Parts: sequence; structure tokens; C-alpha cells
Amino acid sequence: MPDLLIELFSEEIPARMQGKAAADLKKLVTDGLVDAGLTYAGAAAFATPRRLTLAVDGVLAASPDTREERKGPKVGAPVKAIEGFLRGAGLTMDQLEERETPKGAVYFATIEKKGRPAADITGVVLEGTIRNFPWPKSMRWGTGTLKWVRPLHSILCILSDEAGAAVVPLEVDGIKSGDTTQGHRFMAPGKITVTGFEDYAAKLKKAYVVLDAQERADHIWEDAKQAAFAQGLEIVDDQGLLREVAGLVEWPVVLMGDIAEDFIELPPEVLQTSMREHQKFFSVRNPKTGRIEKFVTVANRETSDHGATILAGNQKVLFARLADAKFFWENDLRTVKSVGLAGMGKPLENVTFHRELGSQADRIARIEKLAGEVAPLVGAKPDLAKEAARVAKADLSSEMVYEFPELQGVMGRYYALRADLPESVANACEMHYSPLGPSDDVPTEPVSVAVAFADKLDTLTGFWAIDEKPTGSKDPYALRRAALGVIRIILSNDLRLRLDRFIDSQLLKHEIAQNADAADAAELAALESTLDEIADHGVFGAAFRAVLDKLDGDAPAIGDGTLLGRIEAKMPDVSVDLLGFFHDRLKVHLKEEGIRHDVIDACLNMPGNDDLTLLVKRAEALAAFLKTDDGENLLQGFKRANNILSQAEAKDGVEYSFGADVKFAEDDTEKALFAALDDAQSAIAPAMQGEDFAAAMTAMASLRAPIDAFFEAVQINTDNQIVRRNRLNLLARIRDICHGVADLTRIEG
Amino acid sequence: MTDTRPKSFQEIILRLQNYWAEQGCAILQPYDMEVGAGTFHPATTLRALGTKAWAAAYVQPSRRPTDGRYGENPNRLQHYYQYQVLIKPSPPNLQDLYLGSLRAIGIDMDLHDIRFVEDDWESPTLGAWGLGWEVWCDGMEVSQFTYFQQVGGHDCTPVSGELTYGLERLAMYVLGVDHVMDMPFNDPMSPIALSYGDIFKQTEEEYARWNFDIANTDVLLRHFEEAEVECAAILSHDHIDPKTGKRIIMAHPAYDQCIKASHMFNLLDARGVISVTERQAYIGRVRTLAKQCADAFVLTSAGGHTPESEWL
Repeated sequence: MPDLLIELFSEEIPARMQGKAAADLKKLVTDGLVDAGLTYAGAAAFATPRRLTLAVDGVLAASPDTREERKGPKVGAPVKAIEGFLRGAGLTMDQLEERETPKGAVYFATIEKKGRPAADITGVVLEGTIRNFPWPKSMRWGTGTLKWVRPLHSILCILSDEAGAAVVPLEVDGIKSGDTTQGHRFMAPGKITVTGFEDYAAKLKKAYVVLDAQERADHIWEDAKQAAFAQGLEIVDDQGLLREVAGLVEWPVVLMGDIAEDFIELPPEVLQTSMREHQKFFSVRNPKTGRIEKFVTVANRETSDHGATILAGNQKVLFARLADAKFFWENDLRTVKSVGLAGMGKPLENVTFHRELGSQADRIARIEKLAGEVAPLVGAKPDLAKEAARVAKADLSSEMVYEFPELQGVMGRYYALRADLPESVANACEMHYSPLGPSDDVPTEPVSVAVAFADKLDTLTGFWAIDEKPTGSKDPYALRRAALGVIRIILSNDLRLRLDRFIDSQLLKHEIAQNADAADAAELAALESTLDEIADHGVFGAAFRAVLDKLDGDAPAIGDGTLLGRIEAKMPDVSVDLLGFFHDRLKVHLKEEGIRHDVIDACLNMPGNDDLTLLVKRAEALAAFLKTDDGENLLQGFKRANNILSQAEAKDGVEYSFGADVKFAEDDTEKALFAALDDAQSAIAPAMQGEDFAAAMTAMASLRAPIDAFFEAVQINTDNQIVRRNRLNLLARIRDICHGVADLTRIEG
Repeated sequence: MTDTRPKSFQEIILRLQNYWAEQGCAILQPYDMEVGAGTFHPATTLRALGTKAWAAAYVQPSRRPTDGRYGENPNRLQHYYQYQVLIKPSPPNLQDLYLGSLRAIGIDMDLHDIRFVEDDWESPTLGAWGLGWEVWCDGMEVSQFTYFQQVGGHDCTPVSGELTYGLERLAMYVLGVDHVMDMPFNDPMSPIALSYGDIFKQTEEEYARWNFDIANTDVLLRHFEEAEVECAAILSHDHIDPKTGKRIIMAHPAYDQCIKASHMFNLLDARGVISVTERQAYIGRVRTLAKQCADAFVLTSAGGHTPESEWL
């Protein structure tokens, strides 16, 4: 069976696209072959900066012949029907066969298709693959219409077996297939003819091309480690950079160079970022000092001077880059020294955060206030939290962060320490951005927690206040990430706080800021007073009414169309919507932790659902409970009770909720259930008080046996109306007790 | 081509001129207006449009007011030179032609590491984009290499290949100079040897001061708005000139106004009077002009228009 070799040779393919392109080539071609009836033994794809290669072993020499029998119309059927059948089968009348069937004589057609040679199929499949290749970005060139990632120069496509290799003929946009490729652009220019994959890979290696990206990466990593180790140093791990660099070279040559003494005192993050982002250099660290002392660059060729010229050039470029970085660092330190870190952030007054949400300085002032308010609940000193919030974003005005935005926070920490601010404040500069993703570290130091929480909640409430919420895949302000951040900060730190209060007060602050110009003094005063009251009342509505009550006849107008009327109407909806957004993010988060959505729904339906720590404790206990036999059976018992009760209530038009009395109990199981409910209730109440959900659920589980026995022995809907009503009221007690723990009606199954 | 290393900034320019002349390019002169980059020269922006073949190379003095550093930064200037090559359709050996130009200015391919690193080019002000690379020599970006896909909102068919060399940076590397102002402009053995600094140090100071602190922003803003109005006005005229009876679409005069508006925007930006949100709006206004000019150019004969195509 022949082997297939394909190479698509082009101008330089972006490093980041090579891996997926090789995989796509493999999938598209092998799927195409198989669809056409050509099976194969194995396939492997490769990519270098200038080529995508696919080797398919053991391809069938031709697709198998096929034979298909089709039953047609009856003999004597209308001519039109027979003609239609012939058209579909691609046959003529004389090729049909008449056969007797139990229903009479029927025409049968036998359609035979000869297999096609592998070369024919491959040519068609490859042409289709090239024309429809899923590049993330592609282009045209010259006068052609073909789209490829960069100009495509040649197509190598051969089928080879014992008899030798044959070119699979195809032509795409004027490019004819052949059996030649090229080696390294500089070290081995010229055409190479190949006869099969092994020949190809061996000839390429001789022509200074390592075909396999992983082999290039391993080679770079090993050589770099060796070079560093020989001098008692270590390479800073960076797999992303390694992958990228392996996609920039066909013949990797590792060169290690020095970082001039002038720059070694720069923060290691600055050296690393500058070297990685601009030069794609690896950082080389001295394990004893933790300092970055050298760099590794990867050239694409060997030279007669063993890379001396290349290294000198790279060193020179790095010198210029680091001179810039040092210049920024020193300027920033000078700024911090003369005006302090808060002073460095002064220009943020003139930087717009969002057209409707004011400047960065306005934002920082809001975060500062909120951080102070939340501080006691997270164990931070309010003054420290406020100080940290004041300076946490100051480095956005630094020259270093202007140049390297990814160093935001990191630089703030350095500058805070240089400004002799407390360490917890310095740490908050860096950590308040966290967590950035689902696996990023969550801040734990109280001051950082307070600022991180305040920052994210202010952003969320701000965008909710101006109705800029994420829709579908659009989330330009990363609000989902911010909400998940708040959730993870609360859960990881076991924080006990009512989100409602903070959502409402922060939303109201945004409303006040946005309406400050339009509002009159009395309106503003009423809103400010409401803000003060929210802490006591928990939510906006109650606080607002309390303020109006106090103002009595002096209250500003709140009718339709007035400012206060509009805010009063809008606030609760926006607040509920934002809390719902948190709950949705929480569901996604808990689902990833293995908690089912219906379990979460059962807990969301309980009071206090804006206390996320409590909510999750309840959900975890319920999830664990439902996994036990008792839990599962109790759930069934509860559902049975609830169904009977709901039906009876619907039929009778009353709600059975009170008055079950043991004196009307007729059956022993009925009496036992009364006793069990009393016991459970007296155990559940203190457990719920103490938020010990596991204990409450254990107590609930003790109801399982009595409920089962009760349903076994007793007919609820008896003719005796007194007994019936008493039993329905008894079922209502089951419902109430269970409802106190979680809304079990939400549980599926 | 010569194997010797060039001695001066101007020799590098002269060698590039000779090299691209040998490759058959028309060697044009700089455009006589203030532009931010060689791409703004109508020989690139407009000629990349339409179906007619084109091959041109030129030096373009370019101005980026915000990059001014009073001549003190070794690498940054508010006025600098770009070398620009535009060939339509892009020839299949454009990469080799480009590498030949590096050899011509004395870069020995056997000792240096030349790399093509992904860099997609986009000019929001010109409504243009293309795919290509920045070319690295030993880790330093020495050129931009772009296959134009769209200009002024029009698909480029055929596609032009564009090469842009940042001349000062490239020359500093070839000549081994660390500070741009120290670079020999003419042969250092000349009777009157002149450095880059002899010619440009003072002007960098003067323009940096004017760009950052002095330029009258009211006047700049007015110029911007006038250019915008004039551009539209020029293009609104009937295609048939009533005086000569000829079909004369004034794409180039209109495009001059677009260039002017773009430069006024750059100056306003350097004066720090354009906020982040306004920036986008200004860029969008210039892009609208660029698109209108492109729309007009493709209706001209240089833009591939023929009397017959009018009826297609």
C-alpha cells in the first residue's frame, strides 16, 4: 500500500498559527480520503515557519469497487415513475432487471461503481483542503485569487510504494504539484527532490531544517538549560515563549548573552517583560540571588563566527530596550520620591475611565470609600484599606506601565515600597487586580481583599447603572470576570457579607454621581441620606422610605418623571438584575466544582441568598445529602407529600398550613410521624440557627422512615373530612420543615 | 551591488535607490507635504488601488510629533526618513528582492540572522490593512513587509507588496552607531563632514518645543476642519470640467486635504488636547476622507478606469 507525502511550502507562517494548521491539514486530508473510501494506517503532521507537512502511511492504492442494488417501481408502473427511477440510478431501461416479488413483478437496478485510484482522490481532496483551509487570517497576493496565510509557493504531493514515487498531479491557482521542496532559506538554498517521508525528513535535516516543532522546542530547551547550567544559572520557565520561538526557526541555534551591569538592578519582572515581549529572549536567573543576569536568544542559523555577530547585534538591541526601561524606572522613582505614589496618580484626573462613569480619579475615589466600608467585614483596618485603594492604580500613570501595560500592579508594588508605604498597601497595589481568571490566585491579605472587592464591585455596579451589561459573547469590560472575581474572593476567604447592601449603596453612588448636575440640593440631600441609611436597612428601598418618612412634608417630589421617582423605580430592578448576574456566575463556578444546577437553584430560593458563603455552604451540604440513600428517599417522600398537598390545595382552594393535631391521628404510623416531626423540628431549628446545614439535613433524613411508613399505611384522602384535613395539615408540616432547609421542589428527579 | 560597507547615512540611501532602480522601480521623490509615514505618499496609498501595474521606490521624510525628544533620545525623532517600495502586483520573489536590498547596503547574510516575524499592518486613518511581517536582523526590526489587502475600504486586486525601511534605525545598525545624532550623514572623510546631529539636532529641539507646547491648537483645529470641508467640496464637483469639457476627477487634490487633516490631528495629539475618546472620533473622520478619496481615485484612469468600464 502506498504512502502519501504532502508539503505546502510558503512564505513565513506566523508562529502562533503553525500548530493548529498542521492539525487542520491532517484532519481535512485524512477525513477527505476516508470519505472517498481510502483508509490508511497512520498519519502525522508537522509545521515549520515555511511549511506544513503531512505524512500518511498505508493508504489504499484505490478505493474499493462498490455495488448497490435498488428496488424500483412495479413492472407496468407509469412511464414517468420508471423514467425518474432510471435518472436517479443513472441507468438505461435495458440494464434493469425484473424480479418476482410477493407483490408482483418489480424493476431492480444494480449500480456498480469502480473504485478510483488513490492519486485521483488525493488530488481532489488536497485541492479542496487548500482552497478551504481554516486559517484564522488569510490573504491574497499578486494577481491570484487563492487565499493562504502568506503566499504559497509550492505543493509537494507524492504517493510512493516499492515501485517508486509518483507525483499526484494537481494545480491550484497556477501552482502545480511536484516532488521538490527547499531547505533552509540561507544555509541550504535550492531545490531538493524527495521520494517519500523518510527521504524527505532526512534530506531536510541535511538542509538545516528540523521538521518537528517539538524536536525544535526540546532542542532549544536542552541547549538553553545546558548553557545556563554551565555557568551556575537557570532558565526562567516560559513554555509559551518556547512554543513561539520554536515556530520562528527551522534550525535553532541557542546563544546566551549578557545583560549589561547597568540593568541588573531593574526589577526582574521588568527585565523579563522587556526581553520577552520585544525580543523573544528567555531570562536566565541566578538561583542564589534571584536576579536575572543573562539572556538566551534563539537564532535561525549557524555562522562561521559561531554566532558572535548575531549575539552582538541582539545584545545591542537589548541594551537600547533596557536603556529605555531604565529611563522609565528612574523617572518613575524620581516622581514617587518628589510627589509620592498618590501624586504619581494625579494625572488620572484627566484620564477618562468611561464616558458615563467619569475619570479614573473619580473611580478611585469611589473604590476608596467602598474599600473603607467593607474593610471591617474582611478584617482590614479601614484607614489602611482606603490608603491602599488611593494608590493602587497610581502606577497607571507611570512611564513603565505606559510602555508595558502588563506590568500594572507589579510596578505599583515596587513604587509603593520605595515610597515607604506599609507592606500590606504595597501588596494591595499588585494583588487588587486578582483574581484575573478562574485559576488565578485570590488575594488573602485583608487589605488586598478589601481593595480587590471594592474595585470589582464598583466596576460592576457602574456598568449596571448605565446599562452596559454583557450580552452573548460580548463582554468588552470583562464584567463576567469581575463578578467571578468577587465570588472567588468571598468564597476563598470565607467572607460573611450581604452583597445586597453593597450593591445598592454602590449603585446609588453611581446614580448620585451621574445626576449630580441635574439634581437640586434637596434631591441630592435625600439621596445622600439614603446612602447613609442603607447600611442600617440593608437595601435601598427600605432606606429610601425611611428617609422620606423622616423628611415628611419637606421631602422633594418623587412622582413620575421626577429625578427621585426615576431612581426609586429603577434601583430595585437593577439591583435584582445584578444579584441575578452574580448568581448565574456562581452557578457556572459551582458547576465546575461539581455541584448540580438544580441543587444551587434549591438554595438560591432561600432567604439570605446574597450571602454567598452561606449559600454555598447550604448547597454543598444539600449536594452531599442528596448523594446519600436517606437523602434520595427523603426527597421522594417530600415530593409525594408536596404533590398530594398541592393537588388537594388546588382542588379545595385553601392552603393547608396549620393545625395538624395528633389527637385526630388514627394510625400508629401517623402518630409516629407526628413524634418524628416534633423531634426533627427541635433538632433542625438550632442547627439552622448555627448554620450547621449538615446537622439540619441529618435531622431531616430521620424523617425518611416515618414518612415512608406513613404513606405505606395511610390513605390521605379518606371520607372522614376531619381526618383528611388533619392529614393534609400534617403533610404541610413536612413541607414547612423541609422548606426551612432548602427549596426541594427545585430538585430534579 | 558592492561588498564594501557603506560609510554614511546618505550612502545607504543611495545604495537603496540604485538597488531598486536596478530592479526596475521608478525612483520617485518625496511627497511635498507633511506625512506621518511613507505609506501616505499618493504613490502608495492611491496607486495601490485599481488594476494598473505599478513599481515605485522613494524616500519619504515623515513626521510624528509625539515622538519628539528634543534630539536627546538615541532612537526617537519627530522627523525621520522612511524608504518605501511599492510593487503591484506583488512579484513572487519579493522576499528575495528584499533580501537583495539588505545585501546591497552591506548586510552579510552569512553572518546575520534574518527573520520574518508576524506583524499585521493596519492603518485606521487610511482604512487600510495587510498581512506580512516585521523583518528582524539579529533581533532588531529593520523593515515592515506587507501585502496590502485593502486600502481606503477597497479590496486590492491585484495585491501590492509594500516594503518600508526605517532608515535611521537601519543605518545606525549597519554603521554601528549608538546615537542617531552621531551618525555620519555624508562620508566622514569629506572635507566638510556632517553628522546627523549637525543637520537635525537643532530642528528636533525647535519642533519638539513647538509640537508640544507652542502650536496654536485653535488654529490647528480650524485647519483640520477646513481640510475636512475642502476635501468633500473638491470631490462633490461634477466629473466633467465645464471649462475644458474633459472628465477630470480631482482625487489627488482631495487626497492632499486628507493628508493635511491627518497631520493636523497628529499635531493636536502631540499638544495633548485630544482625549482618549475623542481620538477615535478624529481617526474616524480622517478615515472617511481617505475612503472618499479612494472611491474617487478608482474612477480615474490611473485608478484603472476606462470609458468602457463605466458601463460594466
